[in-house]
Amino acid sequence: MASALASTDSSLTLPQLLPLDSGQALERVTIAYETYGTLAPARDNAILVFHALTGDQHLASPHPITGKPGWWDRMVGPGKPIDTGRFHVICANVVGSCMGSTGPASVAADSKPYGMRFPVITVRDMVRAQVALLDALGIERLHAVVGGSMGGMQALSFAANFPGRTGRVLAIATSARHSAQNIAFHEVGRQAIMADPAWQGGDYYGTGSAPDKGLAVARMAAHITYLSEAGLTDKFGRRLQDRDAKSFGFDADFQVESYLRHQGIAFTDRFDANSYLYITRAMDYFDLAEEHGGRLADAFAETDARFCVVSFDTDWLYPTAESRAIVHALNAVAAPVSFVELSAPFGHDSFLLDVPALDRVVKGFLE
Amino acid sequence: MSARAALRPDLAVIADHVPVGASVLDVGCGDGALMAVLQGERGVDARGMEIDPGEVEKAVSRGLSVVQGDADKDLADYPDGAFDFAILSQTLQTAARPDLMLDELLRVGRRAFVSFPNFAHWRMRGSLLFKGRMPVTRHLPVSWFETENIHHVTVKDFSELLAAKGVKVERCWFFSGGRELGGFAPNLRAEYAVFQLSR
Repeated sequence: MASALASTDSSLTLPQLLPLDSGQALERVTIAYETYGTLAPARDNAILVFHALTGDQHLASPHPITGKPGWWDRMVGPGKPIDTGRFHVICANVVGSCMGSTGPASVAADSKPYGMRFPVITVRDMVRAQVALLDALGIERLHAVVGGSMGGMQALSFAANFPGRTGRVLAIATSARHSAQNIAFHEVGRQAIMADPAWQGGDYYGTGSAPDKGLAVARMAAHITYLSEAGLTDKFGRRLQDRDAKSFGFDADFQVESYLRHQGIAFTDRFDANSYLYITRAMDYFDLAEEHGGRLADAFAETDARFCVVSFDTDWLYPTAESRAIVHALNAVAAPVSFVELSAPFGHDSFLLDVPALDRVVKGFLE
Repeated sequence: MSARAALRPDLAVIADHVPVGASVLDVGCGDGALMAVLQGERGVDARGMEIDPGEVEKAVSRGLSVVQGDADKDLADYPDGAFDFAILSQTLQTAARPDLMLDELLRVGRRAFVSFPNFAHWRMRGSLLFKGRMPVTRHLPVSWFETENIHHVTVKDFSELLAAKGVKVERCWFFSGGRELGGFAPNLRAEYAVFQLSR
């Protein structure tokens, strides 16, 4: 059994078919996950953390490829806001991703990678897979589900589709549906990948080339949406990169260009282009109200959980109005809900960064 | 000292008169001091609304359900009759339209508690009459240019508004210097008042 400090890196292959919203089903689905802290004998202290679009199960332990600390290392650990001294924390790689759970790079029944034969999945499908994991782990009711961005969408979907299986829902910097603007940015990224000749209709595995250029451009465009205008100005302004004057060419003259190019290239080392296509599609398809007859409040009609919704004042990807819509729906069904818009300079990425007020809210809400 | 004993006197009166197990929306709940007492000591299902994110954060971190919102517009988010009681303590006089806020309060709550500072208290009258200046008193210690109190109201004004709207006064309490007063000449003697209202 894991101690509060150490993580255990595990994977589980589901014995049953995973039914999908598309009407298809996936067989032999593997779910890679990590756990931290000890599960209490009553099995009532588990918290499931959902990761965001390009996140993974390495919540608070080093990433196996980059060696960097886990993506929520600052939030999860002994004595931290999500206290692994008290809670058994689980984080699973979503279906469709590329960090050990079944996705388009996985091998299909014919021993070849799925590629674009992988079925289109939804946020609810990701959640179904993780509920199957909970069933396999023998955890009937969670202390809480927690997530930011796409993780927040999964937290809301979990609450709506599996009422009674969590006591608390903490949804940070997220939305109950993808807006036209959200879809538009994702489409730019997908088109960049598919326009790269190395993409080869998605069948690039084993060919010695991958659509890294397209994926890097997709990441660059997306990365801009995670930051605030003021944040970019503070960090880079119009400063030039390693030079005293403009080159009158198309090198990365500006620091912001150099930074984005680096972000794009580094991303291709750790992420699969097809996974990026599938997961962005899942997010674009996300509309919790549509799933429940068109009225968001109806999505939460059966829930018995307490909710906490957090937005950030500089997040223009999932702005505060999106959180308010969730709160409005929860009020309509008299669900206990807290909501706060925190002030932080980092745009959408604020949920991952040093925002002490977020730490206090997370800790207090999970108490 | 219990949490109840630490409450401001107007909040303590409200805490004592919310029935056990009721559902309550505390509008302008601050850090949730009243909610904590209602929830912890009277088994009340307490929800709050507060405009200051720092106060919301404090309330959430003590385990209360508080929504950051502006009472002038966000009460519209709640269905009719969503709560047994809506509470508005020392906030009415800061509203853009106190009359409309009162309507909203009695829409989302079947009953309401409203507390407010009485601008006709004799110290206020004295300050205007003898000094010719806007009052700065122990109960309202802020100068005219920085006060959030934009709609000064007296016990008499409030009673007239209630009558005009057909709102029923179920009970009322008057306070001066932290002590409850009898019902004699409240418009002159009370620094602040608490009303329990229904439609």
